[in-house]
Amino acid sequence: MDLSFGIEYTNFREEVKDFIDQHQDKQPSATTESMSAIEWQKLLIDNGYHSRTIPREYGGFGAEPDIIKSRIIAEEFSRARINTGLGGQGISMLVPVLLEMGSEEQKQQFVRTTIGGEMVWCQGYSEPGAGSDLASLTTKAELDGDEWVINGQKIWTSTAQLADWIFCLVRTEPEASKHQGISFLLFDMKTPGIEVRPLVDMTGSANFNEVFFTDVRVPKDQIVGKRGQGWQVANAILGHERGSLAPPEAAKSRLEGVIRLMQSETIGGEKVIDNPVFRDRLMSIQGRVLAMQFNDMRLFSARINKGQSAGMAGIIVKLMGTELRHELEALAIDAMGEIGLSYEDNPYIRGEGSWQYLYMYFLGLIIGGGTSQIQKNIISERGLGMPKEPKVDAK
Amino acid sequence: MEFGLSQEQIMLQDMTNKYLAEQVSLERVRKVVSSEISDEEIWQELTELGIPGLMIPEANGGVGLGALDAAVIAECLAYHVTPSAFLSSAVMAPVALIAAGKDELLAAIAAGEQRVGIAFGETIGARREAGIAVIGSVLSGKCLFVLDSQADHYLIADKDKNLYLVAASAQGLQRNSLTTVDKTRTTCELVLDQVEAEVISNDPAVYTRSLDLGRVMQAADTLGAAQSMLDQSVVYAKQREQFNRVIASFQAVKHMCADMVANLEPCRSLVWYAAHAMDQVPEEARLMACHTKAHLSEVGKAVAKTATEVHGGMGFTDLVGLHYWFKRIGANRQLLGSPELLRNEAAKIQGFV
Repeated sequence: MDLSFGIEYTNFREEVKDFIDQHQDKQPSATTESMSAIEWQKLLIDNGYHSRTIPREYGGFGAEPDIIKSRIIAEEFSRARINTGLGGQGISMLVPVLLEMGSEEQKQQFVRTTIGGEMVWCQGYSEPGAGSDLASLTTKAELDGDEWVINGQKIWTSTAQLADWIFCLVRTEPEASKHQGISFLLFDMKTPGIEVRPLVDMTGSANFNEVFFTDVRVPKDQIVGKRGQGWQVANAILGHERGSLAPPEAAKSRLEGVIRLMQSETIGGEKVIDNPVFRDRLMSIQGRVLAMQFNDMRLFSARINKGQSAGMAGIIVKLMGTELRHELEALAIDAMGEIGLSYEDNPYIRGEGSWQYLYMYFLGLIIGGGTSQIQKNIISERGLGMPKEPKVDAK
Repeated sequence: MEFGLSQEQIMLQDMTNKYLAEQVSLERVRKVVSSEISDEEIWQELTELGIPGLMIPEANGGVGLGALDAAVIAECLAYHVTPSAFLSSAVMAPVALIAAGKDELLAAIAAGEQRVGIAFGETIGARREAGIAVIGSVLSGKCLFVLDSQADHYLIADKDKNLYLVAASAQGLQRNSLTTVDKTRTTCELVLDQVEAEVISNDPAVYTRSLDLGRVMQAADTLGAAQSMLDQSVVYAKQREQFNRVIASFQAVKHMCADMVANLEPCRSLVWYAAHAMDQVPEEARLMACHTKAHLSEVGKAVAKTATEVHGGMGFTDLVGLHYWFKRIGANRQLLGSPELLRNEAAKIQGFV
């Protein structure tokens, strides 16, 4: 056990802190002097604090991959509560895939504009009939001359109403088996035949959309990888998404928020934290947050030390992380009692309504990205080598 | 940066597990439980591995290893439900004696010649039947659920966290075994009538270090016992057939096993860090010890129940013997502080009470 990072990294951490000290008053905010989100993003990329390992020829900073440095940047930005730059599915999911599997032209065309914030993407994966069983998707693309003609429907498409382009899974080989018949297409959301309908969820917001395709015509070469390889491409990024849905650092930060809340809220004149029942629940959650933090440290260590195994520490993160956050937000609501019900314009609301919002939002994350039950199938089948349920013949 | 066990610790773990798998079969555990053989016989074998002297400095005849090494051993011992005085004689007593600068007994402990039991009940959730009065260095009263009913000496804490050492054969001391559900480790009551004791420490920090380390070892013990129950469940589910298929192919059974993994896997990292903190991050050691034992107790309880259920009716029988692990986890939960007490302590440490 060695939790030190060595002098090179101590110096690097100081560099990051200096940058934060010098620039934190320029980060995007409501004030007039601050930078726009796009200007801030450029500043971060130019200094290696965003798109750090993306090659310079594609608009990144071009550093050698160094997981420890990336982690130090994340830690220091989080500690100082500094804007970490742009996110979204284009940056977090499509760019890594293009760098790995895209053609040279695709990299030139899309990476720079995506990380720079000029091009916003949405992800077209799930369909009404293809949720947990994503590979059964039926949105089809048929080749007509030099164009794909796309018909079908996607659902749970975040930011579709804002997106410039979509990366989309479509069935191009109807004769092939369900995993071999899918292709990964990129196309403009302004293409005729696309209709976006917002899908209001239980939080009251439209975090997602339904997207309908009717004879949408897309140039033949706007495909990542080969025809029929789309499932492999999609799986590469889904793996990326799962671990990042509920990072333990965020849980720790929210836990600190619950503690502050319980220290300031009162019941009948008594602070909530002085109530032994609530305090016990708080400590119980704190123990679980600690377990996930050190689990994450073990995963991190296995990534930087070749030959070290993280056992099943990774395969359980999506399940445990999202369930933990849901319960953590619930504790805050319970600690507030009736006040905890406040929503939207209620003048008694605490934390801008984030407790109720995230309590519900994390229920969405428990379901999205592979439900808790699908996670348990993965853990028992891939982790423990238990057999799959016997297959039922397709209708 | 490397978070986890070192190559040496992995070797220690493999070697210990291999030895215990060969030498401490469930059949042999049953013999200790039924008093056919004494746990002292196993303790002497563990002495050959250097286990009693694991944390005792080499200068005193020990191996001089740290808390994380001890946690590795605790996990191995529990995995094989090994009857042993490890918690008291190899961990809590030596570290208290070392911290207090009282090294006379250490060589004999390391050599497996003397065992020291632990009587800290006075300071942890003391119950109405118990209580010790101290005048000078003379103790009277009763200690309950003292670790190790076969020890040669006992380390006793009073209400003010002072520590005293008494010989099991001391004038005025009566020792009565107390049967608990967990028969792989023994407990007793000590009835003291004006027993002359040796004062070991008047520094609460000595008591605290011993207690915290003991709690981390209990957590590691629960980790090992729960991991064994999980492993046994998976093996059983892959063999047992019902409705013309192995029960491991039913999602209901798979999800029970996945729940056990999902809850237990992060516990491993928690135990590692808590043990590491005992030696390297003293400012976090107390809080980590409380949280780790509390959390492992909760996860252990759930795994013990779930694993038994995966085994169906057989899990309930003595024949399969799963109950030895179930009861060991149950004992770990209560000894040295139940989760509720520990969470309250964790809140106190952070100034929330």
